[in-house]
Amino acid sequence: MMTLLSEQPLLAAIAALLSLGAAFGGLLGFAAIRFRVEGNPISEQINALLPQTQCGQCGYPGCRPYSEAIADGDAINKCPPGGEETIQALADLLDVEPQPLDAEHGVEKEPVVAWIREAECIGCTKCIQACPVDAILGAAKVMHTVIADECTGCDLCIEPCPVDCIDLIPRKSGIGFWHWPLPEDRAPRFDVIATDAPARDAA
Amino acid sequence: MRTIHDIHGGIHPPERKSLSRPGQLSHAPIPDELILPLRQHLGVPAKPIVNVGDSVKGGQVLAATQGVMSVPVHAPTSGVVTAIELRPIAHASGLEDHCIVIKTDGLDQWLTLSGIGNWHEADAAALIERVRDAGIAGMGGAGFPTAVKLNPGPTREIETLLVNGTECEPYITADDTLMQCHAEDLIVGAQILARIVSAKAILIGIEDNKPDAIRRVAAAIDASDADIELATFPTKYPSGGEKQIIEILTGQQVPSGGIPADIGLVCVNPGTAVAAKRAIIDGEPLTHRIVTLTGEALANPQNVVACLGTPIAALLEHANLVAEDQQRIIHGGPMMGFAVSNLAAPVTKITNCILAPTAKELPLPEPAKPCIRCGHCAEACPASLLPQQLYWFARAKDQDQLAEHRLFDCIECGACAYVCPSQIPLVQYYRAAKGQIRDSEQEKQRSDNSRERFEARQARLETEAAAREAKRAARKAAAQSKAAEEGEDPIQAAIERAKAKKAEQESAS
Repeated sequence: MMTLLSEQPLLAAIAALLSLGAAFGGLLGFAAIRFRVEGNPISEQINALLPQTQCGQCGYPGCRPYSEAIADGDAINKCPPGGEETIQALADLLDVEPQPLDAEHGVEKEPVVAWIREAECIGCTKCIQACPVDAILGAAKVMHTVIADECTGCDLCIEPCPVDCIDLIPRKSGIGFWHWPLPEDRAPRFDVIATDAPARDAA
Repeated sequence: MRTIHDIHGGIHPPERKSLSRPGQLSHAPIPDELILPLRQHLGVPAKPIVNVGDSVKGGQVLAATQGVMSVPVHAPTSGVVTAIELRPIAHASGLEDHCIVIKTDGLDQWLTLSGIGNWHEADAAALIERVRDAGIAGMGGAGFPTAVKLNPGPTREIETLLVNGTECEPYITADDTLMQCHAEDLIVGAQILARIVSAKAILIGIEDNKPDAIRRVAAAIDASDADIELATFPTKYPSGGEKQIIEILTGQQVPSGGIPADIGLVCVNPGTAVAAKRAIIDGEPLTHRIVTLTGEALANPQNVVACLGTPIAALLEHANLVAEDQQRIIHGGPMMGFAVSNLAAPVTKITNCILAPTAKELPLPEPAKPCIRCGHCAEACPASLLPQQLYWFARAKDQDQLAEHRLFDCIECGACAYVCPSQIPLVQYYRAAKGQIRDSEQEKQRSDNSRERFEARQARLETEAAAREAKRAARKAAAQSKAAEEGEDPIQAAIERAKAKKAEQESAS
């Protein structure tokens, strides 16, 4: 055997490579089973970045299904509640170019919460069933109300309401939510050199 | 003699303190209408307990606390509640907030007040309760609820009560005047606060540009039998920052993200100490405060005792404002204050100064020029931060780097912006960045919470569906086993029954 191999270096090389391939293949196969990760870790990370409004504007029934779709290659610009910030975060995570928000799925709006005009509520429980985060409280034939701290402002309760008694009101209104804005950038552009500056500056 | 330490950075802007003649104090007239915001402190707004139309007397509680981080609001004089509504308040945003409006009756009738005579023996918890009920919030500017500060928790042992009489910001002389006019109250107040936090020592720190206040406080200490140390130190802005004065007087630094109690100190403003004395001994709630009215646009700059809720316009009139075109009115001092957009806004517990400068005296900032990376800001920063790096990261909204460069250690003193040769409004960048970071933290919490609730609901729906499916399967299995027992297939039997019925109907027709 050894003599055969030493006389046939080509065969020896093939045999060596084949045996190496088999050994490493076995090792990989073992690792794939032994260290298997349940679920898709990328989709978990994506889901952590999504705003969790569960509104379905992306076309998927909730944020987790959309995160799974993104992990499988769907576009990252279908989430209006997350807006530009979420798109940027997703682009950073997945190392892709950020795209502008797809207007087909809606536009970025102020965060809102649902508000039931309680005098008009007939107690049909339809909004309770529609709420993806169980943020509406009530029972059949008695008034319902929204737990404002839990409401994501997804607007899924608006459509089922037979008497149209649900409003969406801005969540962040009032002085408690105000913070300083960034200063208006009145600085001249830094990236122009003297000869590029507009003519009126030269005059 | 205590060793005086130096802090990093700092600046020496023109002091302009003599303008408002510190040491002379008069009462501002009670205006026709008082506007009392429900939130004059840091934390949760108070909750109104009076109704529109109620007659109230001075010292009466108008709004009660809601939770721990909250202080009540009291009536500064007698009158009738005419409204509880949104009113403009002195706030950088120019927005309105909920206020109780009182039409004063000019009689200035007060409830009968009673204090705790033997505070030396009283329980600390009872004294804290008194401080809270008197509506005291830190009077240095931040408005932190004093009762919360006095309760640092059992794990933190307090060595020293530090009274911060620095008042380092130019123009302002409210604390200076208070220390000159109420030095005895200050000493008693400090003793009471020290007893509450079981501090072993009391230290009063005053900057050396207030010789009259130093003399008066030293005399008051001598006259009392109290063991109080008075320390003076060189004038530099911003020595009056809580962390800065602690470093100057003790050489110790408050840990990043920590509070002075972590190193055994509780630091209060002299106004807070005087308010505590009045609350405990006289039973008086916090309804008035000393306000410095200053600036060259005022004919009579002065310090006044004003009712909380007095409109700023009324005080400016009292000090004979000679308004220029586009007169700027600043709430607070020239370094950390902000312009007030509506002069109907009232004086609150944190209003130490109303500044009416002429345009020549305090010109509007020129448009910002590019950062030339000169590094003056880093030299001036009292917190040893890198303002220039923070500026770039704030512009780029790079929250990780901002945290890395300790944005939240910035005390917003404005020293960096003061020395910036390009006149970049650096502090506004930091304030905006802090706001954005707090916002995104809140949003993150909300979204984590929503995810949990969504997943809990999905799990519930799934178990419900599974339970229904199991029930159906059980019914089916029962029917099948019955069929097997009786030797008759119930489905086949039902089909045959239906067929028979149909045939019957057809034959009938």
